[in-house]
Amino acid sequence: MPAIQSPVTEEIHPDVALVERAKKGDTAAFEQLVRQYERQIFRVAQHITQNREDAEDIAQDAFLKAYEKLDQFQGNSKFSTWLVRIAVNESLMRLRKRKTSKTVSMDQDVQTEDGSIPRDFAEWRPNPEQLYGQSELGDILRKTIQGLPPGFRTVFTLRDVENLSTEETAEALGLSVPAVKSRLLRARLQLRERLSRYFKQKNGGAKP
Amino acid sequence: MTCTDFLAQLTDYFDGTVDPKLLADVQAHICECHHCEVVLDTTRQTIAIYREHEIYEFPTDLRERLHAAIMKKCTASRS
Repeated sequence: MPAIQSPVTEEIHPDVALVERAKKGDTAAFEQLVRQYERQIFRVAQHITQNREDAEDIAQDAFLKAYEKLDQFQGNSKFSTWLVRIAVNESLMRLRKRKTSKTVSMDQDVQTEDGSIPRDFAEWRPNPEQLYGQSELGDILRKTIQGLPPGFRTVFTLRDVENLSTEETAEALGLSVPAVKSRLLRARLQLRERLSRYFKQKNGGAKP
Repeated sequence: MTCTDFLAQLTDYFDGTVDPKLLADVQAHICECHHCEVVLDTTRQTIAIYREHEIYEFPTDLRERLHAAIMKKCTASRS
């Protein structure tokens, strides 16, 4: 008796059809993809460059590049991951061009263990939302992530802010999975340490 | 398990992918070591707070301007 094969139910991502239509010149299909991902691409670029005007330019250039290279998209990865990879490369290129920037590559500053070893063991009480208002909290979060080296900021942004999987993050950054994991750990620990200055339980109650 | 061993497992612990052989040791360390318990809790809060707060605004006027600029560049590149 022949073995009964279970039907293969491979889910096809809705972007695949849109990309196929866009490749054939359907501008409306491409516009739908832009609508879906413009916010994410802008946010990724702003996290990496820490500059709103740069992020606007990068979002435009990333979509233009994607549009022009659509034929090169083979569908081996998600369209969104492919797009994020283009945006990350554009963002890092922008950082390199900035004369004032000392930190220019994914590799710079990641060799050091500085700041990645936990030193602050105070609990966060009351929780940050109880301690600070929305606007003050936003300032703290922006200021804190700004202080991370770009290589760490980028990994943290893709994995923890944008919620990409470790594998997708690795693919978008051209890194190995172990490299992503190692940078992610250090990024999270550095952010935790820096945030602890604001959020830790205080005896006197004075804010920093 | 030492604190350094625990930190090396932290990413996998958040992902729920710690080697089953090590999981009991990791959990025992969290119960025994208050410092690592705090690091675990505050790192979890670090991730959550960035995930939950949109720290850069994307107001409608910016979105509309950006969308129009992207589409203008793309359609211009076709012609």
